[in-house]
Amino acid sequence: MILLRLFLEFFRTGLFALGGGLATLPFLYDMGERLGWFSKGDIVNMLAISESTPGAIGVNMSTYVGFHIDGLIGAAIATFGLVLPSVIIVVCVAKVLEKFKENPYIQSGFYGIRPVVAGLILAAMMQVFQIAFLKEHSGIQIDFKSVIFFVILYIGNKLFEWKKGKTVHPIILIVISGCVGVLLLGA
Amino acid sequence: MKEYLDIFFTFLRMGAFTFGGGYAMLPMLEREIVQNKKWATSEEIMDYFAVGQCTPGVIAVNTSTFIGYKLKGIKGGVVATLGFITPSFIIISIIAVFMNNFSHLKVVQSAFLGIRVCVCVLMIESVKKMIKGGVIDMITGFIFVLTFLGMMFWLNNPVLYVIAGAVIGLLLCEKVRKKGESK
Repeated sequence: MILLRLFLEFFRTGLFALGGGLATLPFLYDMGERLGWFSKGDIVNMLAISESTPGAIGVNMSTYVGFHIDGLIGAAIATFGLVLPSVIIVVCVAKVLEKFKENPYIQSGFYGIRPVVAGLILAAMMQVFQIAFLKEHSGIQIDFKSVIFFVILYIGNKLFEWKKGKTVHPIILIVISGCVGVLLLGA
Repeated sequence: MKEYLDIFFTFLRMGAFTFGGGYAMLPMLEREIVQNKKWATSEEIMDYFAVGQCTPGVIAVNTSTFIGYKLKGIKGGVVATLGFITPSFIIISIIAVFMNNFSHLKVVQSAFLGIRVCVCVLMIESVKKMIKGGVIDMITGFIFVLTFLGMMFWLNNPVLYVIAGAVIGLLLCEKVRKKGESK
């Protein structure tokens, strides 16, 4: 019975959480309060883990919550519940879009939407910059080691592009940066 | 079967290396889907992202479903999504069993100091491409700047801006069409 409950709770979250993974947070708070599955402190802990592992934050959160409630099966059910509404809705939208792709109204809609997406992503990037370059718990102190590493990484990547015609593969860049973090940046 | 496996493993790779939520997936999409596999153009990726943003659920999952669907219909959408969430599922389950204090480990925290910087470097390129693709005249330039400033200083609600952008686009429908014809 708890599995059905778990599925329905996460299905509801997947259906109503608009605007990405962090939008699942209010739903989790609500879930914790109503059902007593976890406390607010647990949620903070889950969020920290979700943010420090690869993948979508919402998916990581649901897997973690599900696992704590009923092991692997719980994790699978919660994730399945979260993802199912997305898949159904996106498939429907994709079907409609495919059909009306050449339609002038759809075209003009996207004409207005594309610059919005560019603006949204620039704003998101500013947030990432803030987290990457400001020292934690110290207000507005800039972490110079990170800034220097940023400049080196950026120039290195550009040089590679200039020599080989394309930038370093993102995966390789991430692995290198993780190693540099452990070896040089850690306190 | 081979094509489905290809889709599955491509999205699995992206799921395993996307750090920091949906937007950080963009550089990976750009490289894997646009450059390597040629499954979509930069412009299409942008449209998928817009759709992923306005449909409920996790953006990365929505985008994966969308690309998979475009390639191989419903089955393709399901396979892409499964691929993207598999690494999360495995990694989180392992952490849940063995390491309650995972995010407090010194090694993890240090690694993330580096990875965050890397995400910045990767995102700059994606943002540049997005601006090039989306800002094509005065009006779109205006929409772009307003969205950015709005998100930073006013209202942090992406869905609202996407809807507003669509409405502006529709209101200017005639103009856009004429421009397209004159090209």
